[in-house]
Amino acid sequence: MLDIIVSVLTRTIVAGTPLLLATLGEIVAERAGILNLGIEGLMSTGAVTAFIVTFATGNPWLGMLAAILMGTLLSSLHGFVCISLRANQVVSGLALTMLGLGISGLWGKPYIGRPLPERMGRLNIPGLSDLPVVGKILFNHDWYVYLAIVIGIAIWFLVKHTSMGITLRSVGENPKAAESQGIAVIRVKYLAVMTGGGLAGMAGAFLSTAYSGSWNEGITAGRGWIVVALTIFALWRPGGAFLGAYLFGGIFVLQFMLQPLGVSPNLLAMLPYLSTLLVLLIYGLSKSGQRRMSAPATLGEPYVRGGR
Amino acid sequence: MNRILCLEMRGISKSFVDVKANRDINLTISSGEILGLLGENGAGKTTLMNILYGLYRPDDGEILVNGEVVKLRNPKDSMRVGIGMIHQHFMLVEKHTVLENIALGYDEAPFFFPQRTLRKRIWELSAQYGLDVDPDKPIWELSAGEQQRVEIIKALSRKADLLIMDEPTSVLTPQETEELFDILRKMSSGGHSVILISHKLEEILNICNRVMVLRKGLLTGEARIEEVDKGKLAVMMIGRQIAAAYPKADINPGDVVLEVTGLDVDSDRGLPAVRHLSLQVHRHEILGIAGVSGNGQQELVETITGLRQPLSGSILMKGVPLDHADARKAHTLGITHVPEERIKYGIVPNLLLYENSVLKRHRDAPFSSWIQMNYGAIKDHAGKLVDSFQVDTPSINVRVKNLSGGNIQKLILGREISGGPELLVAAHPTYGLDVGATEYIRKQIIELRDSGGAVLLISEDLDELFMVCDRIAVMFEGRFMGQVTPESCTVEEIGLMMTGSTIQEE
Ligand SMILES: Nc1ncnc2c1ncn2[C@@H]1O[C@H](COP(=O)(O)OP(=O)(O)OP(=O)(O)O)[C@@H](O)[C@H]1O
Ligand SMILES: [Mg+2]
Repeated sequence: MLDIIVSVLTRTIVAGTPLLLATLGEIVAERAGILNLGIEGLMSTGAVTAFIVTFATGNPWLGMLAAILMGTLLSSLHGFVCISLRANQVVSGLALTMLGLGISGLWGKPYIGRPLPERMGRLNIPGLSDLPVVGKILFNHDWYVYLAIVIGIAIWFLVKHTSMGITLRSVGENPKAAESQGIAVIRVKYLAVMTGGGLAGMAGAFLSTAYSGSWNEGITAGRGWIVVALTIFALWRPGGAFLGAYLFGGIFVLQFMLQPLGVSPNLLAMLPYLSTLLVLLIYGLSKSGQRRMSAPATLGEPYVRGGR
Repeated sequence: MNRILCLEMRGISKSFVDVKANRDINLTISSGEILGLLGENGAGKTTLMNILYGLYRPDDGEILVNGEVVKLRNPKDSMRVGIGMIHQHFMLVEKHTVLENIALGYDEAPFFFPQRTLRKRIWELSAQYGLDVDPDKPIWELSAGEQQRVEIIKALSRKADLLIMDEPTSVLTPQETEELFDILRKMSSGGHSVILISHKLEEILNICNRVMVLRKGLLTGEARIEEVDKGKLAVMMIGRQIAAAYPKADINPGDVVLEVTGLDVDSDRGLPAVRHLSLQVHRHEILGIAGVSGNGQQELVETITGLRQPLSGSILMKGVPLDHADARKAHTLGITHVPEERIKYGIVPNLLLYENSVLKRHRDAPFSSWIQMNYGAIKDHAGKLVDSFQVDTPSINVRVKNLSGGNIQKLILGREISGGPELLVAAHPTYGLDVGATEYIRKQIIELRDSGGAVLLISEDLDELFMVCDRIAVMFEGRFMGQVTPESCTVEEIGLMMTGSTIQEE
């Protein structure tokens, strides 16, 4: 029994990692007012990029870097369309998803079924990793798991306790106020979207070069959409992203474990969205909750400099 | 850094797509001066100040500080030179705290934990200028007066020597205005200079040393304050005198049109806003509601116009009950509404002028028949409105958001009055309007009353209420503190009631 619990928890943390990375990214972008529905595409492009580079070089770190770069690049396209051309963010994001899925399908084709020579290594922490139970659950993972946690804490700190965070949040809440204080609103928005894209790419790299180790099409399996829901579930807070990512990661794991027992996986697949609705409902019922729940005020709105 | 001893704008011009907002304007201001900037709606005051603050680039002209040309490409440049601006609509992030708002874009705020270090600086400034505000409160919890103090602290903390204030008093109560002026006087005796934009001539006369008047983008007049009075300023602005009083037909109020009894309404926050309130408005009558805003006026208006559900009480419109929040029913019963937030609730900013001119009536004949809009009739109607209500617009085919505030308000009022309403509910109809437009709107309201309409007029401007109303009720914390007629009462007495004291036996 203990074995099963340990295994579920261990795998929960693993399954939560890509969700955490991408959600943190989406939070950064949305905090600057840019909705990015292209996460699914960014993740799968990141995954295929990381896979190819790792396959060619034998170095999963290079794969990760390439995936981050790719995510940044692709999302800057979204940035260009929504920020500079002021097009509809929903449309552009959906287009990005399709583009990303297309790219990953095309580039990944020759690699289907071929295993990676080298996967992302585990981080062994002497002492901690050998602890019974806890060591197995918490301190026996690959690098991505820890990087995600460190990045999460860093983003939480930056958003909450630095002037950079105030700038980011203000740009999403009231870009005119930021502009009037000399903030380069457009630049902040670009940087935020690109950061979000980079993290989504990194999440994809985790899937192909650490989690699975071989390429198959549809490797992201809808995680990009869960991330969009998760961002709302987290109420645009990095802290909430931790909670949500591991919770939804757990649901992922249960989906596989309960299937042999006759529980429909579709039922469980529904849970992330259902729980997001539930959170909205619970918060929506009280006035103070409504205030806490509210999205960045200008989320999805194009910004015109000096306009009115 | 040198302080601003003298600032000069030379030959400034700026055009937007279809208007020349500023044409060859020269302005100088020196240390310690308070300069009033006057002009009709759309004259180009805000544009000129936005140029000085680096938000807009002028097409032509230059700016000199202490005799040296400076380039102001963005607000950062201007802040560095020592220019601060407080906008017509506050530039504050509502969800953030006072500290976070002050830290935004502030060069001297440290990267880590910027709030902590700023707290001390805020205390100093608060003490020095009497700017009382709690640094840890979020902006949405603050009153307009407090928000403005945050803006002033923001500018001062960036060492602004020249403070631009764009219509700072339009959101303030009379008392808050006095406090603001005390602060400005303190600043000016400390060597700061101030440019003040206002439509209220008394205020300009009260606090400025010098005035400049803009008209249609041109600088048309300049004077020392000793040389002018209210009448002269009005002439400089609109080319004629303004009325000191408005003629009203000598008619006694007729039948009851609106009867509200025992009304209780909650605010958005779930607190009681209107408490067991009763009122009557008759034909040929303008009932004014005085009071500091936030005392339930908005909730009252929304309930009467069918936008908000009351908890209890009854509303009878010509004997017909209006008991559910139902704006359409209110409309068909003959209630029209000039809302407080005119851009948000009065128009659809991105629709064209003629489309906006028939809002609410677009489904009635002659504007639509069966399944089809009759654009011919709509455009005719819009053309007539524009003519008879003197809406200054290039054509009826422009987006309404491009009109100036005054012209938007004329259009809304025209639309609401032209249907010949039984009851007009007008909330702060002259807010932010220039003296000419204000006068015009007031005259129209009186005309409606003379021709048999009933009017409920909500305003914070006591002069306005005294000039226009037949009866004035003073509202405080959701109740009426008393009902008076303008003849039997003084402004001071009403001012007292506005703060909650009952001096009038009911
Ligand atoms: N961003 C803009 N784009 C297009 N036109 C503009 C813009 N800003 C101002 N205008 C136009 O320029 C003219 C001057 O506007 P401005 O806001 O400076 O007037 P104002 O004197 O401040 O009026 P008010 O008293 O109503 O505030 C107006 O006709 C206005 O419609
Ligand atoms: Mg203005």
